[in-house]
Amino acid sequence: MTKIHVRDFDFFYGASKVLHGISMDMPDKQVTALIGPSGCGKSTFLRSINRMNDIIPDARHDGLIEIDGKNVYGGGTDAVELRRRVGMVFQKSNPFPKSIFDNVAYGLKIGGMRNRRQLNEIVEKSLTRAALWDEVKDRLQTSAFALSGGQQQRLCIARALAVDPEILLMDEPASALDPIATAKIEELIYELKDNFTIVIVTHNMQQAARVSDRTAFFMLGKLVEYSETKTIFMNPKQKMTEDYVTGRFG
Amino acid sequence: MSVMVRRRIVSRIAETLCAGAVLLALVPLALILFYVLRQGIGALNIAFFTEMPKPVGEPGGGMANAIVGTLILIGIAALFAVPIGCVCGIHLAEYPDTKFSSVVRFAADVMNGVPSIVVGIFAYGIVVLPVKRFSAIAGGIALGLLMLPIVVRTTEELLRLVPAGLREGALALGATRGRAVFTVIVPAALPGILTGILVAIARVAGETAPLLFTSFNNRFWSTNLGQPIASLTVQVFSYAISPYEDWHRQAWAGAFLLVAIILTLSILARLSVRGLEKMNRP
Ligand SMILES: Nc1ncnc2c1ncn2[C@@H]1O[C@H](COP(=O)(O)OP(=O)(O)O)[C@@H](O)[C@H]1O
Ligand SMILES: [Mg+2]
Repeated sequence: MTKIHVRDFDFFYGASKVLHGISMDMPDKQVTALIGPSGCGKSTFLRSINRMNDIIPDARHDGLIEIDGKNVYGGGTDAVELRRRVGMVFQKSNPFPKSIFDNVAYGLKIGGMRNRRQLNEIVEKSLTRAALWDEVKDRLQTSAFALSGGQQQRLCIARALAVDPEILLMDEPASALDPIATAKIEELIYELKDNFTIVIVTHNMQQAARVSDRTAFFMLGKLVEYSETKTIFMNPKQKMTEDYVTGRFG
Repeated sequence: MSVMVRRRIVSRIAETLCAGAVLLALVPLALILFYVLRQGIGALNIAFFTEMPKPVGEPGGGMANAIVGTLILIGIAALFAVPIGCVCGIHLAEYPDTKFSSVVRFAADVMNGVPSIVVGIFAYGIVVLPVKRFSAIAGGIALGLLMLPIVVRTTEELLRLVPAGLREGALALGATRGRAVFTVIVPAALPGILTGILVAIARVAGETAPLLFTSFNNRFWSTNLGQPIASLTVQVFSYAISPYEDWHRQAWAGAFLLVAIILTLSILARLSVRGLEKMNRP
């Protein structure tokens, strides 16, 4: 079943066009990886899905993105409401200067939840889902900045999970982490896809191959090839894709 | 002479010059502190802090009324400059490129450069003249006008130091722009904003000129905001130009207290900036 439906999507920063007619369907409860050389528009595309680009002045788009058949940029969709349903994890982990607990509870609190017991429950559940609970359960009130880089990134994942989104967008979530922390994040992604639709940007080919069901290869703002991850890596249709995944350029 | 040797010599000379410049900058500060303390130490006693001025010519007594008066004046100033200044600073940081913002920014910069005595005259014109009475309120407003631009610009600058990732993180969780500002960005910059307020207070605590014709002076105990009120600076001024030996000593003690207050505020400000830097380095 299609969760995210994209048709002829263009994107412009001022006069420069950085996405050219992207069309692809991302299936529900699967992991879609976006790969391609840096600057090819992966982040821009990802941020278009939850309308994070709305805050950039002079940016505009053309074409269609639908989630569950509903136009993301349509009149009936509120960007703030949309972002609660489409969570995002950034390349550079960005915990708030608050306690671990308050970081995870942030989305719930701004959503109006005040019930302490409910908050406790969801914070624990989210941290557990993000495989961080055991490491922090005794120090929920300490600053999030005291955590290691990998823990901070998992905290950001827990924070996104707490508001119970349907989709999770991840922009190179492990690029700043060491191999062990990276492995933990990858394991986590694998478990999360039972409940969430995940779109992940990565420049790490092995990572795309390990975690994703489908892979899209971008190049200079165009979608070159999109299919089953296996196909992209073992049997790509395009010469450009083959060159890229085998590391012949990039 | 080889290039290496020449380089080393040039670098050594530069280092010496730098160290000399640093010393030159520090020496006056140390001298001022030392000199003020030496002159005033004779009058720095419990009575100085707890007692009222004695009648003219009588030795002894203290500056209790002036110390409290200064605190009241600073309190009034902060009460109106801090909220207005913070709101303006937040607006400037959030909407940096609007016409309105550039007007506010320009106005703040101009105000920052206006001589304090002019601000005093202004407060005299709008607060003192209409009621024909010097008052603590008038003095507080004059000091507040001096604080305002400092609070505005530090608030703006410190809010801009907050990493953009924090704002994005809040928005991505479904926060509105205003929500993100007040729940994440302002709290992250709070130690810095506090610093700005401390710096602004330190800046106005030593002002004399704008008080001369607003809060004036008062030899008696007064906490009435509608009446003239004593302040450390004006008291120091009037004691210093008096013919009495004992008042001179007290003026030095008052000066020392002022320097001590400002130094303390500045050190507190530095410490909280350090706190901010630590927070923004995850
Ligand atoms: N805020 C922005 N303003 C202008 N140009 C931008 C902005 N963000 C990205 N770009 C440009 O858009 C192109 C795509 O960038 P991006 O989506 O970040 O690529 P990727 O994530 O694949 O590295 C690049 O050429 C980049 O320089
Ligand atoms: Mg990117």
